[in-house]
Amino acid sequence: MDTAQPTAVALDDATVAFRLADQRVYTAVEKARLSVAHGEFVAIVGPTGCGKSTLLNVAAGLLKPAAGSVRIFDQPLTGLNRDAGYLFQADALFPWKTAIDNVAIGLEIKGAPRAMALERAQGWLTSVGLGAFSGRYPHMLSGGQRKRVGLAQVLIRDPKILLMDEPFGPLDAQTRQIMGNLLLELWNADRKAVLFVTHDLEEAIALADRVVIMSAGPGARIIGDWKVTLPRPRDISEVRMEKQFHELHREIWSVLKDEVMKGYAQSSQVAEAS
Amino acid sequence: MSRMTLLFWQLMVAVVALSLWQFFATVPVFGRMLLPPFFFSNPVDVASQIFRWFYTGVIWKHLIITLWESVLAFVIGSVGGVLVGFWFARQPRVAAIFDPYVKMVNALPRVVLAPIFTLWLGLGIWSKVALGVTLVFFIVFFNVYQGVKEVSNTVLDNGRMLGMNERQLTRHVYWPSALSWMFSSLHTSVGFAVVGAVVGEYLGSAAGLGYLIQQAEGVFDVGAVFAGMFVLSAFVILIDIGVTLVERRLLVWRPTAVGRD
Repeated sequence: MDTAQPTAVALDDATVAFRLADQRVYTAVEKARLSVAHGEFVAIVGPTGCGKSTLLNVAAGLLKPAAGSVRIFDQPLTGLNRDAGYLFQADALFPWKTAIDNVAIGLEIKGAPRAMALERAQGWLTSVGLGAFSGRYPHMLSGGQRKRVGLAQVLIRDPKILLMDEPFGPLDAQTRQIMGNLLLELWNADRKAVLFVTHDLEEAIALADRVVIMSAGPGARIIGDWKVTLPRPRDISEVRMEKQFHELHREIWSVLKDEVMKGYAQSSQVAEAS
Repeated sequence: MSRMTLLFWQLMVAVVALSLWQFFATVPVFGRMLLPPFFFSNPVDVASQIFRWFYTGVIWKHLIITLWESVLAFVIGSVGGVLVGFWFARQPRVAAIFDPYVKMVNALPRVVLAPIFTLWLGLGIWSKVALGVTLVFFIVFFNVYQGVKEVSNTVLDNGRMLGMNERQLTRHVYWPSALSWMFSSLHTSVGFAVVGAVVGEYLGSAAGLGYLIQQAEGVFDVGAVFAGMFVLSAFVILIDIGVTLVERRLLVWRPTAVGRD
């Protein structure tokens, strides 16, 4: 980790709680301590429903922690995180805008002239491989193509921090690999701090510099932090063949497995109770 | 079924129905008419009445009046519905205060307002426009209200994370969503604008298709009543085709808009 650079995202004992409909308080994440250095790619892995996305929303400023603090480049975060770009899990494109308008909007709302915004947007669409699809509306694009537009939409604003919430979750296996490689390629060109949430451990190891494991909720904690020293640039499908990858995978999985079982047991209990 | 066969059978339905009508209205069966001409007229008379209207040109004035009333009712009702719907959706407190009154007015069968509008606005077009407006307004109002409420949270969060302020969210997220709901109710609201105009004319006026039908009924000219009905449905179908064309253009970004009735 480069200590000369300020920490891009620092969660200091952040606790997130929600008030439920029956007035009980549900603690989603408890005392999460996490830091992402400038230019570092950190993946958060945890069982379903453990509050990974919650943590990301806290870093984005969409949620306020009940206790603890969030610091962005050593400044306490108030309101929305203006340095961050957020790639959502669900479809977040504006359905009434064409692909190019969806990408250009990030510049237009900052007051950039439309012609210039469109030109830059076309450039970004080309770099995510959708140069020929600029006039399509989101519903005319496949799931993978929509994610590419989403990526371009976020990157055109050149955020210093990239927050990604299982962005490739709904895609099929091949498309996920292609998207992973695309992401690494774009990230390599201009290393931003990345906080990448996924439930797929293999994806996390293949992409990240560090893999952080969360326990099953409620009151999820960060229970492990591994450095991934696989050489870069990486190819997602090739890196999975390496011995180091398998050793790391086994090591992390031994911890993660228990949490996954716990999380699974809890979610089935909830299902029975309701 | 191929397009031609379909068209053939569709035409056959009309031919059979009209033939039966003509037959029972002109040929006595067992010594009596099953469809007495006084109550049912017959297709030939109805057709010749329609032909006479268009040939002499008297119908145009009435068509234009009805069209004009419908257009005004639609435009005024839509603008009002969009503005109030948007305002209520963005100001939940205002919506909560007015909620019982909105429900009350909407529960009222609008036709009973027609006499009041005639009293207030006279026999001219404005009493009909007002009746149409009360019908169109609520359809558009509820749709726009819903459209603003139903904006996906993810899309909103995305807008915020892309740096939109409230004004930009309104312009780029709430507004398009609200308008798309309004456009998807275009058929209904245009239809109701015509209903308002025609019912208003029927209840008291000096021109329009509703007036024409009412006048014919007043002198027991059943042929002209039927002729008015046929002209009216052709008129509504033409408007509906126009709406479909507009809708295809406006809702091009929505998958369901294409090829929907």
